[in-house]
Parts: sequence; structure tokens; C-alpha cells
Amino acid sequence: MEDKILLAHGSGGKLSHDLVKQNFVPLFDNTFLNKLDDSAVFELKGRLAFTTDSYVVNPIFFPGGDIGRLSVCGTVNDLSMMGAVPKYLSIGLIIEEGLLMSDLKRVIASIKKAVQEAGVKVITGDTKVVNKGSADKLFINSAGVGAVPPGVDISGSNARVGDKVILSGSIGDHGIAVISQREGLQFSSSIKSDCAPLNKLVAGMLDTGAEIHCLRDPTRGGLASTLNEFAESSGVGIRIEEQSLPVHEGVQAACELLGFDPLYVANEGKLVAVVAANGAEKIVEAMRRNKYGKEAAIIGDVVSEHPGRVVMKTRMGASRIVDMLVGEQLPRIC
Amino acid sequence: MKFINEFRDAELGKSLIARIRQRSTKPARLMEFCGSHTVSIAKSGLRQLLPPNITMLSGPGCPVCVTANADLDKAIALAELPDVIITTFGDMMKVPASRSSLQRVKAEGRDIRIVYSTLDAIEIARSNPKRPVIFIGVGFETTAPTVAASVLQAQQQGINNYYVLSLHKLCPPVVKALLDSVEVKIDGLICPGHVSAIIGSRPYEFIPRDYGIACVISGFEPLDILQCVDMLVAQVESGQPKVEIAYRRGVKPEGNRIALELMDKVFEVCDGNWRGIGVVPGSGLRLRKEYRRYDAEKNFGIKPGRPLEPKGCICGDVLRAVKTPLDCKLFRKVCNPEHPIGPCMVSSEGTCAAYFQYGEGYGR
Repeated sequence: MEDKILLAHGSGGKLSHDLVKQNFVPLFDNTFLNKLDDSAVFELKGRLAFTTDSYVVNPIFFPGGDIGRLSVCGTVNDLSMMGAVPKYLSIGLIIEEGLLMSDLKRVIASIKKAVQEAGVKVITGDTKVVNKGSADKLFINSAGVGAVPPGVDISGSNARVGDKVILSGSIGDHGIAVISQREGLQFSSSIKSDCAPLNKLVAGMLDTGAEIHCLRDPTRGGLASTLNEFAESSGVGIRIEEQSLPVHEGVQAACELLGFDPLYVANEGKLVAVVAANGAEKIVEAMRRNKYGKEAAIIGDVVSEHPGRVVMKTRMGASRIVDMLVGEQLPRIC
Repeated sequence: MKFINEFRDAELGKSLIARIRQRSTKPARLMEFCGSHTVSIAKSGLRQLLPPNITMLSGPGCPVCVTANADLDKAIALAELPDVIITTFGDMMKVPASRSSLQRVKAEGRDIRIVYSTLDAIEIARSNPKRPVIFIGVGFETTAPTVAASVLQAQQQGINNYYVLSLHKLCPPVVKALLDSVEVKIDGLICPGHVSAIIGSRPYEFIPRDYGIACVISGFEPLDILQCVDMLVAQVESGQPKVEIAYRRGVKPEGNRIALELMDKVFEVCDGNWRGIGVVPGSGLRLRKEYRRYDAEKNFGIKPGRPLEPKGCICGDVLRAVKTPLDCKLFRKVCNPEHPIGPCMVSSEGTCAAYFQYGEGYGR
């Protein structure tokens, strides 16, 4: 019989201890975690960014990623979008009784791979096991801290008239990759989640010295929601071109089939930047040098007309409003 | 991608628009019957690109929207019966009925499940043999054959706990009812693509013959619709209305014989109750006597109570194309997709939802 997680693995007793000692400590091996004290104690100077997020994606493994990779990338990206350099993460696992031990190990290995890629450390963690039915396989909470370099001032409310809007790549891949695996809706597709840590992409953008006003990763609610947030917070209008939006063929086909609009489908490895016009080309060039920014392109402008609104020039040459997502298009995709 | 990008080509679109502008001299009021056309027109912004003498009106072709409150109340009453599992397409969940919505009764603990096809509903019935499973059959000629197939499947497989609440509607009779009323004045009809894939082009022949109105069956991509408008304009300009098929990759003049036979086997024509239009003779479908054991309405004693209409909502007028959402006092103010007052704001094919989401008439 396959090894499974038991309630005793979360009891605080021997099984819990072994689980942590055998699976977490050797993998994440660092001086903070290895002590297994109640808290990790560390020093960081200057302005700090601190964020937390919980991950409940269903299914926990999907093409291009899994809940472990997602929990690292999501938190790393939330820090990066403030211009912060991500340093330390916490990982909290809520495990449903009966989860295959091999699945848990696969997720932890994936967390390790992602933290290595991002160059961050997991310095504290927690594991709980709940009765079967009280959670769905595995939920993860991660929190992270990062240092914001001096002079960096990035916020959704900083967009100015005349700025350019940059998108780092194709939209909709993550949401469609996840839904393609859902029970009752399984369709075969070659679409992979774009789930990726973007801190190095952002570092490259900051290194250009060009003015970056807003940065955000368009996760739930998709590109449309992020652009609307910028327009509203900054009190400006945003104008984008439908023809400049990269959408992979498979994503477009799946969206047609399911009645979704890629503008509203979640991404986990993309960013939208609003930057001063004079440095826009330089930033795009820098982004294209990073593997997660190869398809980076300018997709629109910040304008004084229609403040708080996003307007898109359609392929046919007309204009239409791109509104916020209302209701939910896909539940539990991250 | 085959069959998608080809029909969204910007250059071809521009040349079609130029041709329409050149060809169109007379005022032409064109109605798109179907909600999917309404959405496609709004999404690609076609209204702005057509010459000012062409007026585009949206018709009653959103099945969720035209379902009368009296019928929605039946679905709610069925959902409130003990042990019942309601299966429905997702669009129906949020539609406000007289006193509640399926979404609300679900939150109150009733078992209501969204399905993507009637096959899922049959599967739910199979795996819950002790509980009645009722499918809310809302839709036009496009949906009805699949519901008919599910009834036959239940019969063949001895699934005795599967029921259908048939609220299906037929398109040609309601077009006739609209044209018979003096309110709606149109010169051309953009006939629905998917419905016509089932019924073919012949059922529309009375429209040019008896009413002198141009008819073209259209696909759903921007170029499909522009081509259809171009053909309608040509008919209007020449004064020779007829039924034409622009959507040749989807529609044959005789329709889909197998689907029509399935529909006819299980359903018979009855009167249909349309929101905003009222009871239209011969515009509904009910289960034939032989399939009565699958008829939810016949098998469960429900008393839904007197239907109530939301105050100030003009969905009925919008569905008859005598008003647009921009004429509604509630539109964008109290009625929006998060808090819909009427069904046209709920359904993804609803005229109000399309106007809201894509900003038709924004700044007017």
C-alpha cells in the first residue's frame, strides 16, 4: 500500500517531527531553518516589503507547475512587483489526511526547485494535518520579505499621462492549463502554466535605470483587471491595442470553446508595467533578454481621456471598454 | 487558427466596411436576433464602424433572457422540493425570478449543480438513483435536440429519476409575433447561426414573402457579421428581399435532419411564454405524452405563486427591440452584472450585459 499522510503526521509527536526532519530541513538546508526554533531570526536593512498569500489550486498538479511552485512564485512575484528584492519565505502546509506521501514529496521538491531558481530561502515553516474532507488534498500559505532598494517607488497609483504600458508575454496560459485538467472538463491541450518567479526579470528592468511607475502580475482577474486597477488608482485612462496582445493559439482555442475572454484569464508568470515613455524601449529590450520576458511588448498608453477606464482598439478598428472582471470566471485556479 | 483568426482579419474587415459604406444609401434598420451576435457586435465594436444610415437593433435571441418569471418561478419551486437535484447551465443561476434565484436557493442549502451538457445531468441521475434529478431545459432549437437525446438516453438506460423542465423556445414563431406587432419596424434580419444549423433556412421564408424583410443567416465572427450586413444592405438597396445563407460553413438549407427528428420525437409544439412579449402561439416545446414520465412539471405538484416583475426594469422592451439598455433608468446605476435587476444583465448573451461589458454607447 502506498504511504499516506496520517492525522498523526500533524500531531506534534514523533511522526510530525520525522516528517519535518526528513523532508523539509535537508531540502531547504539553511542556518535559519536548521535550528528548528520557534521563529527564524534574521537581519535586513532599509525599507522592507512583506506579503502573504494562500494557495488552494485544484488540481494540485497541472501542466507546467504545481501548488508548490505556485506558492513560491506567487509570493516572490508579489514582492518583486513592489520593486523589492525577495529574500526570505515562510511555507505553511495544510494537508488533508490521506494525501499520498509521494505527492507531498513531489510538491516539496518543486518548492525547493522554485526557491533555488528565485534565489530565496525558506527560513520558517509549519505543517498541519486535517481530517479527510476538511481540506482538499493540500493548501499552502506562503509569506515573504524583501528589501526595497533606495529610490524605488512603484505603486498602482503612479501611472502618468503619456506613460507606456508593457506586457511581459502571452496571456491566459495559467488559467487554461489548470482548467484543462479539471474533472468533468478534461480536454487535452499542449498549454502549460506560465508559473514562474519574476524577480530576476524585474531586477533587469530596474537595472536599466529607466523610470518604472507601476508593476503588477495579472493573476486572478487577468490583464483586464490589472489595467483597470491602474487606471482607477492613478485616475488616468488606459488605451490598449487588441492586435498587440499575445495570446497562444491553444489558449485562444480553449477560450473560444469555454466562452472565456483571455483578457480575464489568470497568469502566474507575467507582469504588466507602466513606465515613462522615454525609457520604454530600453525596458522592453532588457525584458526580452530574460527567459520570462521574451515576448515583452508595448501594448498601450496612459491617456488623459476616460479616467478610470480601460479602452481597447479592436482588430476591426473600433473602440470598446475593457471592464473589470465581474463574478468569477474560473474558481480555485491559484 | 482555422476558422477563428481568418474571420477576424482586420484588413478584410476594413474592405468589407468600405464596401458597405459605398453600397448603402437607404436607411436600414437591421435586427440581430441572436444574443451571441449582440455580444460579437459589441465586442468588436462594429456599430461604430457602420454608416449612420444603418441602425443595428438587438432582438429576443437570448434564451435565458426571454424566459418569463412565471417559468423561472417553476424552476425555483422545483429546487425547493425535498431531495431534488437541479441541474442547469450556469447562466441560469443568477437570473432573478419573482422572489429568489437559483443561486440564492443554492446558498440556502438546495442541491443545484451547474452542468456543461445534458450528458452530465444524466450522469448525475445515474449516480444518485434515489433522488429526482431535474434538468432545467432552457434554450432554442439549438439546445432542444440535445435535451431530447438525454430523455431518450434515460429511457434506453432505464434511468427513472431523470426529469426535464421544458422551457424551450422556437425562433421563427416569435419573429412572426414581433413583426405582427406594429412596434418593431425593421428592414433586415440577421438570422441566428446556431439555430439555423438545426432548422435550416426554409423556416424563415415567410419573412421576405409576407413582410418584405431581408433575411441573411450569419456566423458569429466579426467578418461573418460584416458579410451578412453587406448582403442585407444589397437586398435592401435592390428592394428584393429573400433568405440567404452567409454562414455556409455551418448551415444547410435543409438544416440538421437528425437533430430535427430527435426533437420531433420527444417534443411537441406548444405555446411559449416570452418575457416582454407574452404568450406566443406555437413558440414553445413540451414533452410528448409518451415521455410524460420525464416531464418535471407533470410529475411534481408545484405552486410557484403569482409572478412578480422587477420595478423599473425594461428588459421586456429591450427584448422587443423597442428600447435599448441606454434608455433604461436602472442601467449602470443600480443594475450591473454584480447586482442584476433583470435577466438581460445576467446572461452572457444578454443585451444589457453586452452593452455594459463592452461599453456600447459609452459617453453618450
